[in-house]
Amino acid sequence: MQIISAKEKAIQTIIYILLILCAMVMVLPFLWMLSASLKLDKDVFSFPVQWIPSHPRWANYQEIWTKIPLMTFVKNTVKLTIIVTLLQLFTSSFAAYAFAKLDFKGRNTLFLGYIATIAMPWQVYMVPQFVLMSKMGLNNTHTAIILLQAFSAFGVFMMKQFYTSIPSELCEAARVDGMTEYGIYCKIMLPLSKPALSTLTIFTFVNTWNDFLGPYIYLTRQELKTIQIGLRMFISQYSQEYGLIMASSVVTLIPVLIVFLSLQQYFVQGIATSGLKG
Amino acid sequence: MSSRKAIIKKNLVAYSFIAPNFIGFALFTLVPMIFAFILAFLDWDGSPYNPMHFVGFKNFVDLADDGQFTAAFRNTLVYTVQTVPFTLVTSLLLALLLNQKCKGRNFFRTVSFFPYVASMVAVTAVWNMLFNPGMGPVNELLRKLGVENPPGWSADKDWAMTTIVQFSVWKYMGYYMILYLAGLQGINPELYEAANLDGCNGWQRFWNVTVPQLSATTFFVVVMLVIQCFKVYDIVYMVTQGGPGTATLVMVYDIYNKAFVYSSFGAASAEAIVLFALVLGVTLVQFRGQHKLEA
Repeated sequence: MQIISAKEKAIQTIIYILLILCAMVMVLPFLWMLSASLKLDKDVFSFPVQWIPSHPRWANYQEIWTKIPLMTFVKNTVKLTIIVTLLQLFTSSFAAYAFAKLDFKGRNTLFLGYIATIAMPWQVYMVPQFVLMSKMGLNNTHTAIILLQAFSAFGVFMMKQFYTSIPSELCEAARVDGMTEYGIYCKIMLPLSKPALSTLTIFTFVNTWNDFLGPYIYLTRQELKTIQIGLRMFISQYSQEYGLIMASSVVTLIPVLIVFLSLQQYFVQGIATSGLKG
Repeated sequence: MSSRKAIIKKNLVAYSFIAPNFIGFALFTLVPMIFAFILAFLDWDGSPYNPMHFVGFKNFVDLADDGQFTAAFRNTLVYTVQTVPFTLVTSLLLALLLNQKCKGRNFFRTVSFFPYVASMVAVTAVWNMLFNPGMGPVNELLRKLGVENPPGWSADKDWAMTTIVQFSVWKYMGYYMILYLAGLQGINPELYEAANLDGCNGWQRFWNVTVPQLSATTFFVVVMLVIQCFKVYDIVYMVTQGGPGTATLVMVYDIYNKAFVYSSFGAASAEAIVLFALVLGVTLVQFRGQHKLEA
């Protein structure tokens, strides 16, 4: 007996060592970022790494707001992210209700149209999409980014999967009671679909907040830029300002980390059940 | 009559649910998708004042002699062939570790997810500094460990691709770990008990129970990974800008250049169609494979 438990203990120890090693690989770059964001440029690369700066330079976090229009970038990104997420949640859950619970002409054909496009990466049609948006005079507008992000087939697909799992008898009973379809959607389906809506929220939020190529193609005017392309511009302009680059990187990470930590379980479930991302 | 009216009303109600999403979807996704196939057969510089010319398959034929395209095509495949197995193995190992009963398991799971949700611009910025060939801490450490000439990473044409692959594995393994974790939790524990009764050791249990039971998950992970690798752009742009030379130029990068730098929209769309063909091929393999696995 004692031999076995000793062996088990050894295995446990090895597992912990491996886990801590993995966690270090994952986290050390972030800690290094945090530590460098509080240093003078000349101290960023001093070796061995001084993880906790002896004289933390908090001024880095003040300077980034004046050196680049970071506040404008943040405002733009917050605005786009909120609008896209709300539109995505509303339009996909609305459409998904019809696909899951209503019987109508052309339902299967329309739904197949959605499914078929999931296999086509955005990168394949980004060029003609840009041509179309430009023709409509939407180049260098936030509307372009909103239209590009808000109507994904993924959202409809995910919500439909969820609504299908809700028993149709619930809707039938409400119909007998004289409720309209809009009423059923608002009063029965929406309250039941909180988990699916949360999953969609976090996916859309993270994707829109972190999106690079879309804004990079459409938004060339300084005052329209999002935080990702703004930060990237800053990095190429002031590539030697290591402390400031790291400080603004920390700022861009914080909102996503907050959303992620608070909705984490939905994120994990979303991946595990659908295995998809936008 | 009244029943016909009822049916029409029913249809209209349903369409009113779908319309807000479908109009946006049709206009900004479906139309551009169809337009992509047309644009690939046109010669056009993107200017509204210059006409589009129909040129047949010329754009596709030209790709064969286009050094940028051939480099991008080859690099995309090289990147995929290197990234897929590494991510697969590391995410499986990570999932096996995190599937063990131990304290702080949730903490470790959360942490392994950070790279995936973090913005690409921010994490490539820190990665570029860590792997700075001259003064980055990684090379400083290698020198301390006695490596006389540590790699030039993103600045060296022989190491640039490796740098990008390493970064991709680090960024994405947390995501695929979740898929494997779900797969592991779906394995019937009785299979392990049976294996124990047969006297299997841990290693044999892994090869005879875990690996075959995970084959559907692995298949799915490979397909997702391959498609994701075909679409790579951000990482390349932020770590190497496709260089040095064309050492890390990939297809989406080349499509971007052709359209938005050189204004040859036809050539860009032709290359996009080639990319689509690759993705479609993988998707079809997935369809067939899934039927086989389910059968």
